[in-house]
Amino acid sequence: MPDDVLLSVRDLHTWFELRRWGFVRVGFVRAVDGITFDLRRGEALAVVGESGCGKSTLAKTILGLHLPTRGEIVFDGRTVQSQENLRWFHSRVGYVQQDPYGALAPFMNVQRILEEPLVINGMADRDARVRRIRGVLEEVKLTPVDDFLPRYPHMLSGGQQQRLVVARAAILEPQLIIADEPVSMLDASVRVEILQLLRGLQERYGLSLIYITHDLSTVRHFCERVFVMYGGMIIEQAPVANLLQNPRHPYTQALLAAIPDPDPENATRFREVPPGEPPSLLHPPSGCRFHPRCPAFMPGTCDVNIPTNFEPSAGHRVACWLYDESRQVAAKAPPRP
Amino acid sequence: MTANGLFSIDDLRLYFRTRKGPVQAVDGVSLTLPRGRTVVIVGESGCGKSSLARAILRLLPRNVARYSGSVRLNGLDVMTLPEEQFRQQVRWIRLAWVPQGAMNSLNPVIRIGDQVAEPLLAHRRTESLAAARRSAEEVFHRVGVPVDFLDRYPFELSGGMRQRAALAMALITVPDVVILDEPTSALDVLTQANIMNVLKAIKRETQTSFILITHDIATSSELADDAAVMYAGQMVEMSHADQFYREPLHPYSRALMASVPTLREEKRLGFISGQPPSLIDPPKGCRFADRCPARFHKCSEEPPLFKAQDRLVKCWLYA
Repeated sequence: MPDDVLLSVRDLHTWFELRRWGFVRVGFVRAVDGITFDLRRGEALAVVGESGCGKSTLAKTILGLHLPTRGEIVFDGRTVQSQENLRWFHSRVGYVQQDPYGALAPFMNVQRILEEPLVINGMADRDARVRRIRGVLEEVKLTPVDDFLPRYPHMLSGGQQQRLVVARAAILEPQLIIADEPVSMLDASVRVEILQLLRGLQERYGLSLIYITHDLSTVRHFCERVFVMYGGMIIEQAPVANLLQNPRHPYTQALLAAIPDPDPENATRFREVPPGEPPSLLHPPSGCRFHPRCPAFMPGTCDVNIPTNFEPSAGHRVACWLYDESRQVAAKAPPRP
Repeated sequence: MTANGLFSIDDLRLYFRTRKGPVQAVDGVSLTLPRGRTVVIVGESGCGKSSLARAILRLLPRNVARYSGSVRLNGLDVMTLPEEQFRQQVRWIRLAWVPQGAMNSLNPVIRIGDQVAEPLLAHRRTESLAAARRSAEEVFHRVGVPVDFLDRYPFELSGGMRQRAALAMALITVPDVVILDEPTSALDVLTQANIMNVLKAIKRETQTSFILITHDIATSSELADDAAVMYAGQMVEMSHADQFYREPLHPYSRALMASVPTLREEKRLGFISGQPPSLIDPPKGCRFADRCPARFHKCSEEPPLFKAQDRLVKCWLYA
């Protein structure tokens, strides 16, 4: 593994077994189905997809909250599946949950919430702990610090609660922060503040960041690279600017076309939306999982084989048969909607 | 914003009684809505936009401290009607509502079709089940749900389909005005675009007026003819959509617009520091003054709604 790779995920599958009446096996929900990627040190990566595409399961599997069915996660040169490595891994990774109020214990004040990870990870010196807590609160701008230390979560606004969650994720000086929809529960006017805070931490300390979101429009401002997930798989990965200017996968194209910017012209036209619904992860479609909805569907190819990754331009990978250069039809890209 | 609108509200106030004092959830909101147009009401959580919807429909909780103003529909002040008459003649007949999270509030043990047809029977628009069923089929067709879904249960439908069914339930009585409270906020991007397409089509084909309440500025532009911004219980700006989305006037609207990340356009994102004031005993002057970058000495007095060309702004900068 090259030295600048912090996290390496290889062929990761997380399947959940579905049973009826507790013992009749119905099948597996393939929430994460064959994901491979490397995350570099100091890189901010966004994982974008609609609900049910497996993006949160991916985050939780990396965090060790779900056991992978198959595959390997290597962090800083060590496999993290074993119990003792998991403990070590958890002290080097921070987690920012979607719902800040649900993520904070209601009976603990700010000081105790932030102290707990330090105690668990063996910081015995009380003064050192307090210094660290003060430092991290300044960092997330919960100031004046003395006002906030004795407060309980319900005494904070939504934005402040989320800043506290970020502070808790950052308090052990992690190398990686995984933020799962960190702003979807917050008001528009504070979203940017939280995202800038995460971005600031990431840049100042050279952390890696995995930002899970359904909102492509925030991605360009806060990340370098983006993965698009659909049906448990990564279907396109590219630097953010490339993806936004030149989306290759028909699904990514549809997704971008469906997102409005505030513009009065929007009211005068209809949007192109692919028909149908996201696929069932219990019985996923054969071949490419997007083929039943795809405007560029090629019978005999797309519904038979799962597309491999093609690289139409450097660093831009797409899992779509249109970009298979050994096929003649692939010569031209589909028209952008 | 013509004066002889189909629907208008004037100085509407709704205060709630709490132990700490009255909460001024809706504080003197006025609005005019011509037939066939859509007004969008944007605001952040706690600004009173959902309370405004409840105040219009007179769906009030028990702890109301003050409920005043007027709601006019075709010139008739429906606020003065007795409750029973309001229920029989106005609510859901002429003023319908798609509440927030409606798609998750469908009764799980009743078939979709029966639920959608229920307003017709409950408000005595028809006595015949067959006629109600026919109307349900028509309205399902209009919102783009296959007719055979009428016999399904809510759990058999996806989120987008359930939201369409909730919309169908509001449209089935052919109301004059439909209030949509966050109709797409829990939905995925593609589903959201789909629902917006349905609403646009309905808007083009019928004379229904919509009041769209949302926190999502980008999505609100999909439907807006006029846009209004609420802050701390008050309406702070009211403009035509094409002016509003290009150049909002009130400092709060401007800051809000600057915080919306855009996909196609490069811009510096901003945020609004601080928090909205408590609606229990709010500040005397402009309620945004504490967070406003443009505040000056005048702001300690409450600004009236100033006219700037044909737009209304509650800010001393436009005096």
